[in-house]
Formats: sequence, C-alpha cells, structure tokens
Amino acid sequence: MTDATLHGGHAAPRSLLATDARTRRRKAAETRFRLYGLTAVGLGLVALVFLMWSILGNGMGAFRQTYFEIPVELSEATLDKSGTRDPAVMKKVTTVGYGKILQKALEAELAARNIDTGTMKAKDVMGLLSKEAPADLRNMVLADPALVGQTITFEAFATSRVDGYFKGRVTMESAARDSNISPEQLAVAQKMADAGLITTQFNLGFLSMPDASELRPEAAGLGVAILGSAYMMFIVLLLALPIGVATSIYLEELAPKNKWTDMIEVNIANLAAVPSIVYGILALALFINFMGLPQSAPIVGGLVLTLMTLPTIIIATRAALKAVPPSIRDAALGVGASKMQAIFHHVLPLAMPGILTGTILGLARALGESAPLLLIGMVAFVKDFPAAPPEGLMQPATALPVQVYQWTQRSDPAFVERASGAIIVLLAFLLIMNAVAIILRRRFERRW
Amino acid sequence: MNDMRILDRDVSANTTKITARGVQVYYGENHALKDVDVDILAGTVTAFIGPSGCGKSTFLRCLNRMNDTVASARVLGEIKLDGEDIYDKRVDPVVLRARIGMVFQKPNPFPKSIYENVAYGPRIHGLTRSRSELDEVVETALKKAALWNEVKDRLQSPGTGLSGGQQQRLCIARAIATSPEVLLMDEPCSALDPIATAQVEELIDELRAHFSVVIVTHSMQQAARVSQRTAFFHLGHLVEYGETGQIFTNPRDPRTESYITGRIG
Repeated sequence: MTDATLHGGHAAPRSLLATDARTRRRKAAETRFRLYGLTAVGLGLVALVFLMWSILGNGMGAFRQTYFEIPVELSEATLDKSGTRDPAVMKKVTTVGYGKILQKALEAELAARNIDTGTMKAKDVMGLLSKEAPADLRNMVLADPALVGQTITFEAFATSRVDGYFKGRVTMESAARDSNISPEQLAVAQKMADAGLITTQFNLGFLSMPDASELRPEAAGLGVAILGSAYMMFIVLLLALPIGVATSIYLEELAPKNKWTDMIEVNIANLAAVPSIVYGILALALFINFMGLPQSAPIVGGLVLTLMTLPTIIIATRAALKAVPPSIRDAALGVGASKMQAIFHHVLPLAMPGILTGTILGLARALGESAPLLLIGMVAFVKDFPAAPPEGLMQPATALPVQVYQWTQRSDPAFVERASGAIIVLLAFLLIMNAVAIILRRRFERRW
Repeated sequence: MNDMRILDRDVSANTTKITARGVQVYYGENHALKDVDVDILAGTVTAFIGPSGCGKSTFLRCLNRMNDTVASARVLGEIKLDGEDIYDKRVDPVVLRARIGMVFQKPNPFPKSIYENVAYGPRIHGLTRSRSELDEVVETALKKAALWNEVKDRLQSPGTGLSGGQQQRLCIARAIATSPEVLLMDEPCSALDPIATAQVEELIDELRAHFSVVIVTHSMQQAARVSQRTAFFHLGHLVEYGETGQIFTNPRDPRTESYITGRIG
C-alpha cells in the first residue's frame, strides 16, 4: 500500500472557502474555551466588585464621625481650685467631674437655642454624647492647663446610635426597639443638627486612637493595632530578609547537591504550605512557654510571622537566583572573581527585583495573618500604646487583622462599620506594599 | 590569509606555556576526555577543532579550572602552567584565572557600564592604585580589543547595549584587562555575524603578540585562518596535534582527514 492509495489518491482539491465538519468542530472547541475563560474572568471580577462594594459601603462610615459642638466653660473654681495649673494637682478632678461640666454646658446650650427636650431626663440628654466625651475633655485640659478659665468649643463624640442616625444606619423605627436610644433622643439630636450644633468630620481618631470598650464604639480606633502591626513587620523584615536571602544563597550557589540538601529543599517547600495556626502553636510552645517571652508582645508576633514568611522568601529568592543566567557567573569566575565576589557583585544585584518582590509579598501575607497571633495572646484588649522600640516590642499590642476579628465579635452594630473600616485600612496597606513591590521591580529590573 | 601563508608560519622557536599530560575528565560516570597530552606554546594561537561533544570545550575549561564549578566533573592527570601544576592543592583557582583569561561562546558582558565591565578584573585583583591608573588600564584593554574608537565617548553606557560583535570584543577587553598570560576562547565567534567574526579573528591575530591564545572553534576555516597550531579531538581522544598547515594539508590520521574533508562530524 502506498501513501497515495492511503489518502485516496489524487482527489480533486477541496475549496479553501468551504469548511468541513472537522474544521468546524475544532473552531467551535476554540470558541467554547474562550467563553469558559471569559466567564471565569467575569465571575472573578463580579466577586471582586461585590467585595469592594460591601466593604467600602460598610466601612467608609468609620472614617467619618459625628460630633456635638458645645461651648464649654472651664471654670477655675471647679477644675483648678489651687490656681497652680499644675496637671498633677488638677488630676484630682475625675472624669465624673468633667461629665457634670459637660452636662451643664449641654443643658445651657439647649436652653439658649430654645430646643425643647420635653419629658426627657437629664441622663437621657447626656446619653446623646459618647461616654468617652468627659474623658476626652479631661485629657484635653490636662494636656493644656492654660485652657482653664476660658470658654472653649468642645467637639464631643456623639454616641454610636446618634452617629448611626446621621449616617443612616439607625432609624426612628429601630430606635423604638433599641434600649440604648429612644426616638425622643433622636428627635432632640435632629433639632440640634438643625441648630448647627452637630458636625460630621473626617475621623482621624479612627487611625490614631486605641481600641475602646464594647459600650463606646465611636471612640474605638486602630492606633495600637497599626503600631503593633508596624512593629511586627519591622521585626519580620529585619530577621526574615537576611536569614532568607542567606539561606537561599547557600542552598542555591554553595551547597553540594546531595540527598541532604534535597531533603532540606522539600521541607522548605512543605513549610510554605503549613497552616499558619500551626506556627501559632509552635510560637506558643517555643517563645512563650519555653523561652518565657511575654504574651501579646510584638516581638513574639514578629518572630512567629518571621518563621511563617521565611519559606516564602527563600522560595522566591531561590527562583530569582536561578533566573540569573549562568553566563554571568561564568563571566565573573572567568576574570578571576571568587565565588563570593561573583555572587555579591553580579548574581545578587540581578536577582534583587525578584528577591524584593518575594519579600514584600511575604510581608503582605504576614501583615494579613491573624490565626497565629490569636494563639500568642495578641487578641487581648489593649488600650495603652506600646513604647518606642526596643522596649515597646515587649509590651502588649494588637495587630490589624486581629483587631478586625475582635470587632466583628462585638454585639454593637456600630462595630460592623469599624471592622469594615479596619479592613479598608488593612487593604490600603496591602495595596501600598504591592505597589512598592511593583515599583522596586521596575526600578531594579535590568536586562542581560 | 590563504593556505600558502599557513605553511610559512614558523612557530618552532616558541617556548612551552602549558603542558598537559594524561588528562582524563569524567562527568559522573561519563568519561568525557581520555588521556590528552598537549603542549600550548607561548605567543601562539592554538585551535581545538572537532565534532560536537568531542571534548574540546571540556579540555579548554580544564586549563583555567572552570570545570571546578561543575559538581560532577573530575579531572585527572597533570596540567602545568610554566612548570607549576595548576591542580595542586595550594593553587587558588581565583589567582589562576587572573593569569589565564577566558572568553565565552555567547557574549556575556555584565549588565553594567562598559567601563565597569573592563575595570572589574583589575579592581578585584587590586592591579591598580589610583583611578587614573585604572582609566589607563581600561583604555589599553579596549584599544587592544579594537573597541576603543567605537566606545570612547560612551564608556558609562551599559555594555549590554552594544551590538553582538562589540559585546564579544568587550568581553575580550575584559579578559585581557587583567593582563593574563594565556587567553582561552570557547567558540568566540559562534554567535557573531561574518563581519564581526572577521573583526574578532583579526583581533586574535594581534593578541598573539601579547598572550598565548587557545581557541575552540567549529569552523575549520576559522582554525585555518587564525591558528598556528591545531589539535583535532574526536570522541574524547586527542587524535592529532600539530602545525595548522600540516593538519589541514597533510593530516597523518585518517580520522582527521575524514573530518577536514567533511566525511565525519
């Protein structure tokens, strides 16, 4: 049998314009595959848009805050009887004392504006203000004793329900069912707003203030969490980058290729896939129980996140080193560079964009990690800012993702807004880190 | 250059620079080079020819111990540079490679400036005491590599931005900046076009005045054009080694003849 008979001999050539069934099937398969791909991308985009919409919709409110603007007379007679303006002496006046001053000022202002509070008790009128307001006023006066004797316009936090009312979260109907607020109180608040006593401003405190108790969500901020996260990222960068890069250089460039290094390689790859909570248990056993480091401290958090980030950095760095063409190593060795010179003068600079990208992505993952931090006690309620490093590393702090977790646990719906706001802050940090990774990659990228 | 001139070349007066005796190379179980004896003469261009995989590049890489970087490679036998065993335990390959420079198949300039490419070798070996001295070394090397006139106005631009032939000449300049005694070239023209090849070949002939040059090449014409002595490798054996004129016009071994006339390889 010859080829000619196999293929039907000298059949008349088919027209290019006519397509046979086989060609049509192939084309249909390709079109179908394209559609699958488009559908997948579309689904992903829809999910992303929904996520952003839900988070931004819930969370943007956290960046705005409703305040009462009340003129407060800070009389010397009540606040500083001695007249010394010495904060140590003035501390004797407690928050309760400031609460009374605030209440008087509020009542006076309502009377001056002809706002009828009806049958409401004085306690309910004061209930419009956050429980944090007297403490705020006290801190302000203690920080600047010269204010005593003046009449200042004090911006008092509105309580979360009033804040929610002006943001649309709380309605008259929901207030009727709410033991924390009544429709009468909201009506008074509305009158005050009409009289220009209420402002809504950007809430810087959300980024700078520490966490607050369950009862005063309006005063809860991310300050301690941001600081704690920053401390931990600092530790991770300081430890994971040099250790990871040194490990990679040794394994990739210097180590002999035998079953030991093979085993190490496999183990590092596996470590990258270990669930993060396992690292938390390790840290609890090793750093806290065995080494006796304090709980809730950024140092322990930083160490556990370092352990978690190391495999990522090692894998990224090894890939970056592998991508440097061997001809560069040959060139350096050929002119008589030692192995170390070849690595540090030529290979490492070329691998830098990859190393930095891997490191920043590892850091980003560590920044968003909460599970191991829960196990080392970073879930505690921390009101005090840790000091500056190094001693601050040993003092209790929280972290951004843990703060989100904590706020979602609380019953007050105002914390839903706070938690979403915290997620926005976390996402903003991650976006910045990824942007930095891209910029560094562009900046350092060199062709060879 | 034509064949007549090949016959005229007289190299008998030159002294031996490198002596190789009984060199065996194994890559793991693979016996890549079998019992090679070669004398490389000073001030001479020696060409290694042979079909792919015959061991000529392997042997070249033995001469400056670049095979040390291959984990599975084992080198037996004796290679002496000026009477000193280069595989002696006391020999630091780093020092050896400063004396035996190398140019690779693919132009591989560092992704740095032209100046930095050439200055790198002298710098790491501490050959110069001042910036002006280094400038001088760079200029001399680039002039010897016939690249100075083309790049003297852009020494700070990246070496990777040059054309292929210029890059290869830059690599030659880089190799000769450390003032080596021997220059090894592993198929230096295989990635170049004919014009760049001609320039590099001309350069090799000039370099002979300063160094011994050992060149591995796939092109028999190139071996005939640039070398005074030629070694023919086949299947890991050194088949024949002699004056280039004799190898190309009157080979003693039938395998050499077959290769030269195109019947094997």
